[in-house]
Amino acid sequence: MIKDLVNPSNFNIMVSKLSDVLVKALDKPLGYAINWGRIWSLWPVHLETACCSVEFGAASGPRYDVERFGIIEAFGSLRQCDLIVVQGTVNRKMAPRLRMVYDQMPEPKYVIAMGACAITGGLYVDSYNVLPGVDGIIPVDVYVPGCPPRPETLIQGTMLLQEKIKRSKIK
Amino acid sequence: MTSEPKEKPIESSTTQSSPSSTQPAKPATQPAKPATQPAKQEPESPPFEKEIVSQILSHFGNDKIKVSYIRPLRIKISVDPSNIVEVATFIRDNLGLDHAEAVSGTDYPKDGQIEVIYQLGSYSRDDMEGHIFSLATRTNRDDARLPTLINVYKSAEYHERETFEMLGVYFEGHPRNERFILPEDWADLPPLRKEFRIRGR
Amino acid sequence: MAKNVEPEIEDDLNKKLAIQIVKESEDDRLMRLSVGPQHPGSGHFRFTVTVDGDYIVHCDPDPGYVHRGEEKMCEYRNFIQNIPHLERPVIHDSSNIIYSYSLAVEQLVGIEVPRRGQFIRALASELDRQIYTLYWLAIYGIFLGHSTMFMWPTADRELFIDLMDALTGARVTHAFNIPGGVRNDIPDGFKDKCLRNIAYFEKRLKEYEDIFYNNPLFRQRTEGVGILTKDDAINLGVTGSVLRASGVPYDVRKAEPYDVYNEMDFKVQYMKSGDSFARSYVPFLDMKESCHIMRQLLDKMPDSGEVRAKLQPNPKGAPGEAYRRVESGRGALGYYIVSDGTPKPYRVKISVGSFRNMIALPHLLVGSKLADMPSVYWSLNYWPVEADR
Repeated sequence: MIKDLVNPSNFNIMVSKLSDVLVKALDKPLGYAINWGRIWSLWPVHLETACCSVEFGAASGPRYDVERFGIIEAFGSLRQCDLIVVQGTVNRKMAPRLRMVYDQMPEPKYVIAMGACAITGGLYVDSYNVLPGVDGIIPVDVYVPGCPPRPETLIQGTMLLQEKIKRSKIK
Repeated sequence: MTSEPKEKPIESSTTQSSPSSTQPAKPATQPAKPATQPAKQEPESPPFEKEIVSQILSHFGNDKIKVSYIRPLRIKISVDPSNIVEVATFIRDNLGLDHAEAVSGTDYPKDGQIEVIYQLGSYSRDDMEGHIFSLATRTNRDDARLPTLINVYKSAEYHERETFEMLGVYFEGHPRNERFILPEDWADLPPLRKEFRIRGR
Repeated sequence: MAKNVEPEIEDDLNKKLAIQIVKESEDDRLMRLSVGPQHPGSGHFRFTVTVDGDYIVHCDPDPGYVHRGEEKMCEYRNFIQNIPHLERPVIHDSSNIIYSYSLAVEQLVGIEVPRRGQFIRALASELDRQIYTLYWLAIYGIFLGHSTMFMWPTADRELFIDLMDALTGARVTHAFNIPGGVRNDIPDGFKDKCLRNIAYFEKRLKEYEDIFYNNPLFRQRTEGVGILTKDDAINLGVTGSVLRASGVPYDVRKAEPYDVYNEMDFKVQYMKSGDSFARSYVPFLDMKESCHIMRQLLDKMPDSGEVRAKLQPNPKGAPGEAYRRVESGRGALGYYIVSDGTPKPYRVKISVGSFRNMIALPHLLVGSKLADMPSVYWSLNYWPVEADR
C-alpha cells in the first residue's frame, strides 16, 4: 500500500509533511528538556566589577547556598560559562573589558545586573568615571535592585531568570 | 608536620615613655581647641614637638623653613621646591622619619598655587610612633613642576604618580609620570583641579 | 620576532642549526602575561607579569578598574552627606573607614563624643574587623584551591553579620558611625548574644588552625615564599598585617590610641619571618586578640548615657586641616581633610592601606615562580576597590 501512496512525484511532499508532524510532536518536550538543562546549570563568569562582589561571595557561602541552583563560580575559562553577573559599578576603564568578556562567551548567554550602580549608576551617578547603568553596553535580562542586594534578593533574581529561560523558545 | 616556631608577641605598650605618651589619652578633645578658635590665641606648643622643630630650624635657618603649626602629634612645615630634597634627607637621617604615609595635593586657585604635602611617619623610632610630620611645598598652578622625593622616600613612588595624573603636577626625576588609576584614554582636565566640575553641579 | 640568519654551508650543519634554534628561542624567551580583571586569581585588579620560563622577571600593577572618584565627590557634599559614599570602598569593613572620617570631622567642627558612644563605636569597629578578615581568609582559601576554607569562614562571618544587622539594620554598609558618636543605642539582649557568638567563634579558630594553617600543602606553598625583610618593609612604607609579619610591632591602636583604646589591654601580634605564611598568620592572631578586646569593651561599657553628641543640621568646619587615622583590617587608614569654613570640605584625601601595600607587589614577585603568584598577591591584604577609591 505504501508503494501506491509514495511515488517519485509526491515523495518530497510526504517527507516534508512527516517531518512537520515530527517536529511539532517533539518541539515542546525537547525544548522543555533543553531549557531544563540550561536553568539548572547557569555558570557565571568570574568577573567582579565592584563592591557588590562581597554579597555575591556571601551568597555562594553555606547559608545562602546558590550552588543548589547550579550556579558554581569556579571556572577559569569563560568559554564554558553562560551567565555574567555585573556586580556593581562599571567605570570607563572596565567597560571595554566587560564588552570583550561578553563577546567571548558562547550563545546562549544571560546577563544579570546586580546592584543599583549597574542598573542606573546608583550612588555614583554624578561621578566623572562611572557609566550610568550597564544596559548601554550589554543587553540585560534581569535587574536586581539593592545597594548591595541581600543574598536572598540575588537568589530571587536568579529564579526570575530561570522563569524567563523556561519561557524562551529554542531555535 | 613541621611546626613553625611561633614568635611570642612582645608587649609594646611599655616602650612609650616620652612626654608625648600623655597626649594620646585625649586626642579627640585637645586638638579641638585650636580648631574652634582660629583667629584667637594659639595654645602652648607641646615641648617634645617644639624640640624637634628647633632641631630643624637650627640646621637650616629660619628663612628656608616656615612653620605652619605645631600641635600634639602633628607638625607641619613649609619649604620651597628648591630645598625640599635636602630638608627631606635631613629629616630622614636625623629625625628617624622613615616612610611617607601619603602624598596629597590641594588646588588653591585663589592663590594660583598647588600645595603638595608629604605626610611622613616613623616606624623605627619609639617615641615618634604616633607622630605625623607634614612636609609641604607649593608650586605654580600653570606650570606645576616639583622635584621628586622617591630617592629619599621610596614609599612615595605610587603616590606621586597618582598626584601627577589627578592634579597635573610633573615630578622631575620620577621614572614614570603616567596614567595610573584613570582610564588610558582620559583626555580631560586633571580631575582634582577646581575648574573640573562633575556632572550636574 | 623572526631573525634572519643565513645558514653557512659547512660540515657540521646540524650543529650550526641547533645553535641557531637555541639563539632564536632565547630572544623570544620572555613572555608577557596579563593577569587581568577577569581572572579567578586576581579580583578587580590587573597586573602584567613578564615571565622567563617559570620565573617572573618584571611586574607592573595596573589599578583603576573600580575608580569612582570618591575624593572629588566629597567636595560637593556636606560632611554628613559624605558618609554613604565614603563607606563603599570597603563595604564590609565600613565602620572603620567612617571612624577615621568622623574623628577628623570632630576635630574640625569641635565636637566631643560621649563616653558610651565611644565604646559602641569601638565595638562596631572590632566586629567589622572580624567580618573583613574572615572574608579575606575565605578568598585566600579559594585562591589556593582549598574550598573548605572558603566555606567555613563565609559561614562563620554570618555570626558577626547577624550582630551588625541587629545593631545597625544592615548587613554591610552600616552607616553607623557618624561624626559625634553612633546613630542609635545597642538593642536589648545584644550583649548576651555577642558573648555567645564570640565563645563559639573562638572554638572554631582552633579548627581553622588544624585544617588550614597546619596543612602541609598550605605550608609548602607559603613558607619561604615572598620574603619581605624588615628594612624593606620600613622603606617601602607598607602597613598593617604586612608590616607586622616582617617584624615591626606597629599598630595605630597602640601608637596613637583614639577613643577608648588606651584603656584596653591587648598585645600587638607580630612575627619575624616576613614570608607569605607570616602574612597569612598575623591576621589570624589579630582576630583572636580582637575577641579579647570585644569582651573588655562589653565589660567596661557604662550602663547608660548618651550615644551621640548634638549636632547642628549643617555643621561648619573651622578653617584648618586635620589628619586622623585608625587601624582597619588592611592597615592604617588616614583622612586628611582641609576645610575653609563652609559646610562642605575643601579637600578630602584618603590614605588607604591597600594602596600603600601595592608597592610591595612588584618587589616580591620579581624572582619568584609564577605558581607562587596567588599566595604572594593575596597575602598582601590588598582590596582593589579600596585602593582605587
